[in-house]
Amino acid sequence: MIHLTIDGKKLEVEEGTTILQAAEKADIHIPTLCFHPLLEPYASCRVCIVEVEHQGKKELLTSCNTLVREGMVVETASERVLRARKLNVEMLLARAPAAEPVKKIAQELGIEKPRFEIKDPQEKCILCGLCVRACEEVVGANAISFINRGQEREVAPPFGEPSEACIGCTACAFFCPTGAITYEDLYGRQVIHEELNLGPATAIRVPIRQAVPMVPFIDEDACIHFKTGNCQLCVKVCEKEAINHDMKEEEIEIEVGSIILASGFKPFDARRIPAYGYGRFPNVITALEFERLVNASGPTGGKILLANGQEPKAVGIIHCVGSRDENYNEYCSRVCCMYSLKFAHLIREKTEADIYDFYIDMRCFGKGYEEFYHRLLHEGTKFIRGRVSEITDIPLTPEEEGKLIIRVEDTLVGTVRRIPVDMVILATGLEPSLDHNEIAHIFNISCSQDTFFLERHPKLAPVSTFSDGIFLAGTCQSPKDIPDTVAQAGAAASEALALADKGTFELEPITAEIDEKLCAGCQICVSLCPFNAITYNKEKHISEVNDALCKGCGTCVSACPSGAAQQKHFRDLQIMAEIEGLFID
Amino acid sequence: MSQQAFEPKLVGFLCNWCSYTGADLAGTARMTYAPNLRIIRVMCSGRVDPQFVLKAFQEGADGVLISGCHPGDCHYQEGNYKALRRHRLLSKMLEQFGIEKERFRLEWVSAAEGAKFQKVCNEFTEQIRKLGPLSWNGGKKNE
Repeated sequence: MIHLTIDGKKLEVEEGTTILQAAEKADIHIPTLCFHPLLEPYASCRVCIVEVEHQGKKELLTSCNTLVREGMVVETASERVLRARKLNVEMLLARAPAAEPVKKIAQELGIEKPRFEIKDPQEKCILCGLCVRACEEVVGANAISFINRGQEREVAPPFGEPSEACIGCTACAFFCPTGAITYEDLYGRQVIHEELNLGPATAIRVPIRQAVPMVPFIDEDACIHFKTGNCQLCVKVCEKEAINHDMKEEEIEIEVGSIILASGFKPFDARRIPAYGYGRFPNVITALEFERLVNASGPTGGKILLANGQEPKAVGIIHCVGSRDENYNEYCSRVCCMYSLKFAHLIREKTEADIYDFYIDMRCFGKGYEEFYHRLLHEGTKFIRGRVSEITDIPLTPEEEGKLIIRVEDTLVGTVRRIPVDMVILATGLEPSLDHNEIAHIFNISCSQDTFFLERHPKLAPVSTFSDGIFLAGTCQSPKDIPDTVAQAGAAASEALALADKGTFELEPITAEIDEKLCAGCQICVSLCPFNAITYNKEKHISEVNDALCKGCGTCVSACPSGAAQQKHFRDLQIMAEIEGLFID
Repeated sequence: MSQQAFEPKLVGFLCNWCSYTGADLAGTARMTYAPNLRIIRVMCSGRVDPQFVLKAFQEGADGVLISGCHPGDCHYQEGNYKALRRHRLLSKMLEQFGIEKERFRLEWVSAAEGAKFQKVCNEFTEQIRKLGPLSWNGGKKNE
């Protein structure tokens, strides 16, 4: 242990500690710009200088890279220190007058204006080298370094060209204390789209804010460690030592008695309707994007803003995008009318904008829904009945300049109208999830005409499927809203529980049986049975059916050459009699 | 009996899970289709014994339809493939008996395809109407 004094405080710290770390322990603040606890000290900003007295010698040293020594006496804010620090900060301020942290320290030291010449008033880089060190020490890419000397010194990739060594991790921008490095240009995305498209996101994150379990995961594609083998900063900072980069995805097999399918939906891809310009016009957004935009934890903090950051003066909401349309999906997606009304209400609450709702029919089917629609009617939302034919940015009149123009036939008035707005929200419908067909195949489930999973009976067995023990819940069965989904999920859960609770289940009494006297032991049936329900009894030289395994398809019966195999309730004789019966006039 | 008044008698063996449900859907959706098909429900198209088809023709059917799930969709994994194999073989045999192979038809109709069932019924009925009645004595000697 080493004993030293900082600003009159007596301290005892471990050997190898720097003065800066020791001071931090003693709650003494030493300003610094180029130091970062996760990187090696570099001592380029010279702001952290302190006056050190050791063995009768007094000198000014940078505290970030000077190790403590026995009997040191440190002054962090003596007159000499302040004078030198002020000079250093003045030089930094002259170099990078736009750098906020420098301005802040300058203000603290009482500097109003540097006495040196300002070269570029927009300059932010203070040449602290954090970015260079991050790229080298953390990322291991070595894509940027200092070039030139003296006044010309700057941070750049080799030859000033975009470097192939750069993996685009943006660690440099993350470590930059002054915001001199930005990465927006790299992505070139609109602000409001950024978060939904999961553009610049950290490699270690919670997938969504409502995730269950609420645990972060490491995105291998984005994580620097998986690209260069370096970094592991998260391991360093995690006090619980919970992070392990060696963990692998594993598949777990669980034996269950019943399965509830709740594979959900995917929103209709609005790009499939080119006339609506989604993807071309930044202010044409989908319902889900608007939902993110208006969310208090969203990219704008819940403010409804256009791509250029301004508040819209008029908003159009287009219903039935991809639904009730022979070109895309014929079915009604059910939820869009009500969420569109909710949007209209939210826009009314948060902005002064005019709101236009373009609908085919208002479908307010649920409890309290019709009343909500009436409330919206009185709030002044303008409802226009008609399918929008096109969204364009080509103006015909001066009022339409710089606006998105919605072309629609107002079927209540009987004319084609052009309505200029600033923002368009597409109420995209619901489609089965991406792996819907795969799931259907795995569980042997039929799909109905609209491609959603087919229930066993629309009225009498709305959560069961044709496969025993497989139940349906939610939008994988048909588009439905949250209350309906919750109700159906509850029903599916209790169906599954009922099976588990009973401990036994009923078989259809249509299994096959083999008449011992007739069976010749040819074993044709054994090879045909898809469920391995028939075994050959070597002692008796006959085949036998296992009732628990037999599902009653009757394939063995129709192949049995001796007529020994018969299916209960579908015996050959019974079907023959049925055929005869058909022709009795 | 004049050609105009000829109403074909058709027998359909429909699997319980797809085609029978599809026919049910055509009914609940109130689709109209030719009433000539008389339906016998079997659990799987793989249950249809070639004898049933011969029996139907023998009893006086002018056409026989077997309808099951689409390939890959069979409730019993592969019963419809077995029906397919039997249909191929039996068609050849029927031709040798002098029964046109158009009179014996295999179709895949899923539970969602009420409209397809309607189409199959109408088409098959029209086809058989054109072929005319089947005069087959079931292999028995003319008496």
